[in-house]
Amino acid sequence: MTLLSQDPPAGLRQPRRLDAERVLSRKKRNRAAMLASLGFIAPLAIYLFVFYLFPLVQNVVMSLERYDRGTFVHGGAPFVGLGIYREVIGSSRFWPVVGHTAVFTLASITVQYAVGLALAVFFKSNFRLSATLRALFLMPWLLPVIVSGTTWQWMMNPDNGVLNNVLGFFGVDPVWWLSADNALWSVLIANIWLGIPFNLVILYSGLQSIPESLYEAAALDGAGAWRRFRSITLPSLRPVTLITLLLGLVYTLKVVDIIWIMTMGTGTSQTLATWSYGMAFGKGTSAVVRYSEASAVGSILLVVALAFGLLYVFTQRKESD
Amino acid sequence: MHRSWWKTAIGVVLTAIMLFPIYWMINVSFTRRESIRKGQLLPFDFTTAHYQAVFHDQFPYLATSLIVGLGTVLLTLIIAAPAGFALAKLSVPGGRFLGFVLIVAQMIPAVVMALGFYAIYNRIGLLNSIPGLIIADSTIAVPFAVMLFTAFMRGIPREMMEAAKLDRASSWRTFVSVVLPMSRNVSITVSLFAFLWAWSDFLFASTLDREGGNLRPITMGIYDYIGAQNQEWGPMMATAVVASIPTVLLLILAQKYVAAGVTAGAVKD
Repeated sequence: MTLLSQDPPAGLRQPRRLDAERVLSRKKRNRAAMLASLGFIAPLAIYLFVFYLFPLVQNVVMSLERYDRGTFVHGGAPFVGLGIYREVIGSSRFWPVVGHTAVFTLASITVQYAVGLALAVFFKSNFRLSATLRALFLMPWLLPVIVSGTTWQWMMNPDNGVLNNVLGFFGVDPVWWLSADNALWSVLIANIWLGIPFNLVILYSGLQSIPESLYEAAALDGAGAWRRFRSITLPSLRPVTLITLLLGLVYTLKVVDIIWIMTMGTGTSQTLATWSYGMAFGKGTSAVVRYSEASAVGSILLVVALAFGLLYVFTQRKESD
Repeated sequence: MHRSWWKTAIGVVLTAIMLFPIYWMINVSFTRRESIRKGQLLPFDFTTAHYQAVFHDQFPYLATSLIVGLGTVLLTLIIAAPAGFALAKLSVPGGRFLGFVLIVAQMIPAVVMALGFYAIYNRIGLLNSIPGLIIADSTIAVPFAVMLFTAFMRGIPREMMEAAKLDRASSWRTFVSVVLPMSRNVSITVSLFAFLWAWSDFLFASTLDREGGNLRPITMGIYDYIGAQNQEWGPMMATAVVASIPTVLLLILAQKYVAAGVTAGAVKD
């Protein structure tokens, strides 16, 4: 019927005269509409195929063959099936790295969420300047990570960093922030700082959608502030909370930049993502570049991220139905 | 009334704590080299020497970042706007599946994409090139952009489209003369984020454009300082401040578009 929308059901609009010519032209037009919509969607379809699927497949292929620097020069990598995966999972570094990844991810999202929620509740009571201050809070999230990463690195400098200066002022011994043992906690602090704004904004808009009448009714019943928070705010935020935490989980799993910039994945700050990055692109001491191992670790990370990603999609569908 | 002043005071303190690292960066960037290690709270030994060094040394990198950013915006819009229109207003076979793919695409770890791109670029000679970086950077923004366009264009009233249909306009003409002009704001939001992500990108730049010399973005200009034997904190922080300018400008000039993008649902980290 039209080029712009689907036909209405046949019963709705009976054409006055249905001669053969009309039926024919409608078929033609339908086909034209289909072609038109394909024309609009084709660039995206091709784009996804070439620039997403292709690199992904390439990554998987690399993890099944033994690639090294020579391979890139004169081709030819022997196919080894799951051999690389066996090596990677069997290596003594694998489980510690999985542990760091779990701690980094879970600690990041819970603290970001808790602080973000507290701030969102605080900013909800509109006071003077609150909108401006909220906008300023976005800054850490929008700055290039290389900027924040280098700044944190300098603040955590053991000899002249401002953090140790402040600790020294209170008579606390200097902390070796970026050493192998402490690296995980240091990158965690920086990453939480990066993630607070995102949580604040999402939760703030979640709070806005809770009807004020609920709070008024509870106040009339004599419920205190804490009680109102526990019985109204938290339950009402449940869908938003789930989505924020799941999204945060998927995004935190794949973090490379802040960790790499601050510590290059030293010691306890080595996660699956930085390990993969370092084996392929790191300027480490070992001149051996291990693309296949990097791809294998990347593929493992991909599977974990997509598992949680599917959970997210499923949750979102359920919430919107 | 009294209480709200208290709240403002607390709010200012919290914001100051949150933004302290940014203040610290600015502070160091204006401090003379010999005084940086004293860690004074204000740049008492004030100097602009580090900035002179930045504009002298980093100019090619800033220019590269600008080109890559604008190229990424262009590519993202060309791909995402028509696709958003099709998903919102036309009957696309498999549209629902495509929406699902777009959500999943945003969850692929960037390091995996980088490894794949690296191997492919190596074969076709796109390593260390601006077009290569633009393509890779656009993958950060395209899924987000399509979803934003789709969500907005769904809300365009049918009457507008019908009016265009009466004078027998083709879908292309409807798209160009009706839908696109109405989508001005959402296009701005998409462009801002696409530019900002490309400008800030570290991962693709450090893997696909490692040896690009002057054809490397500003994030690599800063990264070079980290690898140096003797880290020069003054020029490094000055470069970092300059690299932050687009972000600050966006927050000041385009705050409403930024807010629209953040709350649009599926947002990048």
